[in-house]
Amino acid sequence: MSLSRRKTTFGFAAGAATLAIALAGCGSSSEPESSNSAAAGGSGDEPVTLTLATFNQFGYSAESEGGADYAYDLIAEYEELHPNVTIVYNVADTSNTARENFFTKLGPGGLADVEAIEVDWLPEAMQYSDMLADLTNPELDGNWLDWKVQAATDADGRLIAYGTDIGPEAICYNVDAFEAAGLPTDPAEVASAIDGDWSKFFDLGQQYTDATGKGFYEENAAVLQGMIGQLEAPYEDPATDEIVALDNPDVKAVYDQLTAASESGLSAGLQQWGDDWAAGMANGDYAVTLCPAWFLGVIEGNAPDGNWDIANAFPNGGGNWGGSYLTVPASGANVEAATEFAAWLTAPEQQAKAFENVGAFPSSPDAAASDAVQSYTRAFFNDAPAGEIYAERAAAVAVSPYKGSHYFQVNDAMVNALRRVDEGTMNAADSWAQFEADVQAIG
Amino acid sequence: MTTTQPQTEAPIAPQPPRGRAPLTWRQRLGRWDVKLSPYLYIAPFWIVFAIVGLFPIVYTAFISFQDWDLVRNTGTMTGFDNFAFVLQDREFWLSLRNTFSIFVLSSVPQIIIATFIAAMLDKNIRAKTFWRMGVLLPYVVAPVAVALIFSNMFGDKYGLINGVLGDLGIAPIAWHVDVVPSHFAIATMVNFRWTGYNALILLAAMQAIPRDLYEAAAIDGAGTLRRFFSVTLPQIRPTMIFVIITSTIGGLQIFDEPRMYDTNGQGGSNHQWETITLYLYNMGWVDFDFGRAAAVAWILFIIIVAFGLLNFVVTQRFIAGDTAAKAKKVKKVKK
Repeated sequence: MSLSRRKTTFGFAAGAATLAIALAGCGSSSEPESSNSAAAGGSGDEPVTLTLATFNQFGYSAESEGGADYAYDLIAEYEELHPNVTIVYNVADTSNTARENFFTKLGPGGLADVEAIEVDWLPEAMQYSDMLADLTNPELDGNWLDWKVQAATDADGRLIAYGTDIGPEAICYNVDAFEAAGLPTDPAEVASAIDGDWSKFFDLGQQYTDATGKGFYEENAAVLQGMIGQLEAPYEDPATDEIVALDNPDVKAVYDQLTAASESGLSAGLQQWGDDWAAGMANGDYAVTLCPAWFLGVIEGNAPDGNWDIANAFPNGGGNWGGSYLTVPASGANVEAATEFAAWLTAPEQQAKAFENVGAFPSSPDAAASDAVQSYTRAFFNDAPAGEIYAERAAAVAVSPYKGSHYFQVNDAMVNALRRVDEGTMNAADSWAQFEADVQAIG
Repeated sequence: MTTTQPQTEAPIAPQPPRGRAPLTWRQRLGRWDVKLSPYLYIAPFWIVFAIVGLFPIVYTAFISFQDWDLVRNTGTMTGFDNFAFVLQDREFWLSLRNTFSIFVLSSVPQIIIATFIAAMLDKNIRAKTFWRMGVLLPYVVAPVAVALIFSNMFGDKYGLINGVLGDLGIAPIAWHVDVVPSHFAIATMVNFRWTGYNALILLAAMQAIPRDLYEAAAIDGAGTLRRFFSVTLPQIRPTMIFVIITSTIGGLQIFDEPRMYDTNGQGGSNHQWETITLYLYNMGWVDFDFGRAAAVAWILFIIIVAFGLLNFVVTQRFIAGDTAAKAKKVKKVKK
């Protein structure tokens, strides 16, 4: 995606891309049905080559994922169990690359037999659920948490994706910063100080900010993610998919609560994932962050000399941030074998192994209850019993918010609205007005 | 002079009587060869262009009138709705403003500095090749890498530049919040990359200037500055126009730098540095709204064509002025 500045035809890059897709589409758009019926059974003896495509590190095979030494190689294990199956495993470098690839090839064909998708673009994939194989299988009931399954079930009741990992959230805090502000530093005490609703969290923040003059958390948009994730239907009406964000009093309440907090200095105003944000984590510019299981490595990487710990609590119950699924595109040549493979990869035993490989927290309650997960501790966080904490946090997640086709556009507008207030580009009222205009333009 | 009369005027052979004699097969082939060969030789380019250039342009136009679904590859006709939406979208006008602002902030200093560097490299300096290759080095670095390095330097809180400013007692600049500083930062990346490239092109033009012009000017008593403005600049005018046109086209399509300027890549919370190509990209690849993205592509096309025409007119004037002056000189000599 490195478009040269001097490519005179760049204005048509999008057009050209669409063309390529259109041309490809002409050739193969009629394939799905015909190849579906021709699918060879995976349990048979005929040799089958299955392709698997994921991104980042799912913890399946160190060789393909370029990771450090994994305890298990799940790809090799499956090939051993099924001698007739050969697996070709491709890993994209980022979720965004995988997303573009997924949607450009979903229509015309050319996707892998098993394609990983991230929750962030699951709602977009749900619009095309008819192009993904129905993976419903009563035998697998109980393999995943209810809300994980519910989010991947379309209006017709078809399950189109098997859950892999999830991102149950706890609160991570900077122990030294809490100490400097005269706040409790013991994880249990911090947890009880946070446990409650969001106003309790903001009160704690106010104490911290009053004592130190620094921001409590990195930025409003980061906390928004936790608050919006607890609303049943924040931006869209589940029945009609219509955008209702502007009429939803809960959304406005979240916005008001956050902008009020930022006016009292609770937000450090450092954009998540930016350079300043990473440096700020090491320099103690903020004391807490919403902290899903996969986030622990991020903190370790950004603040290697820091003294951080995990509080087993999350305001207003539980929250989930991130996680992925495996889907089987219906146009593939080996739908049946691919479905079997995806089911195996996401079964509790394999989820527990992937957790041991890369720390991807399992979406399977059985895997979360397994010894491997329960006994897992994290040295960097003062030997916090991370496995136990996150298993409890996962159980606390009660709501899977409805995410319709415009969820991420509306959410982006909301993130921008909060950032404008954080940056001081606009005041809260003006920024909300701009948010209203932005949302009205969507669609 | 009279010995080289144009051949066409000279009768080669007696004209055949009216009602030409039928040509032989060989003659016919020969004729076709003369008439068709040139077209055949340029055909490969036009065929490729028709497939990868012309067809997408037309197809983009087709999509721009539809509410297009990329995955299902279908759309519903919506007439000019997409264009109406884009032209009424605040984001579009902001991105147009940003594009022109970044373009002016990058192209103008870029060409002035490139001319200066070229003039310096044109002097008798030691290790010429080393210096000349040196200015091209930034061009070799991938734009994404440049953007990463610079966006780190332009960090609001822990950036190198704000650190230095702080040491000097100057208040930090909100590079990622305020409009003009963000444009300045992005223009700096563009300039870093392209100044040396343009300098080399201008240098090549400068080296083609006959040295006796400088000698004559020096004998007439012209100083260094005078020689630069009265000999060098007029002599490199056509190359200068080329450099201006290419950097205009490039400037209106700046994409990598603003996209990499922050982690979000969408041009800022209030669209502070979203350029028009970034707007197009977000429309297409983030929102998956290809109908509107196609409309933006066409609007951008029209803007660039308008700019190209403007450049053409200006160029014509320059060159016309040049040849007119030469023609006058010739006349004078003849008299």
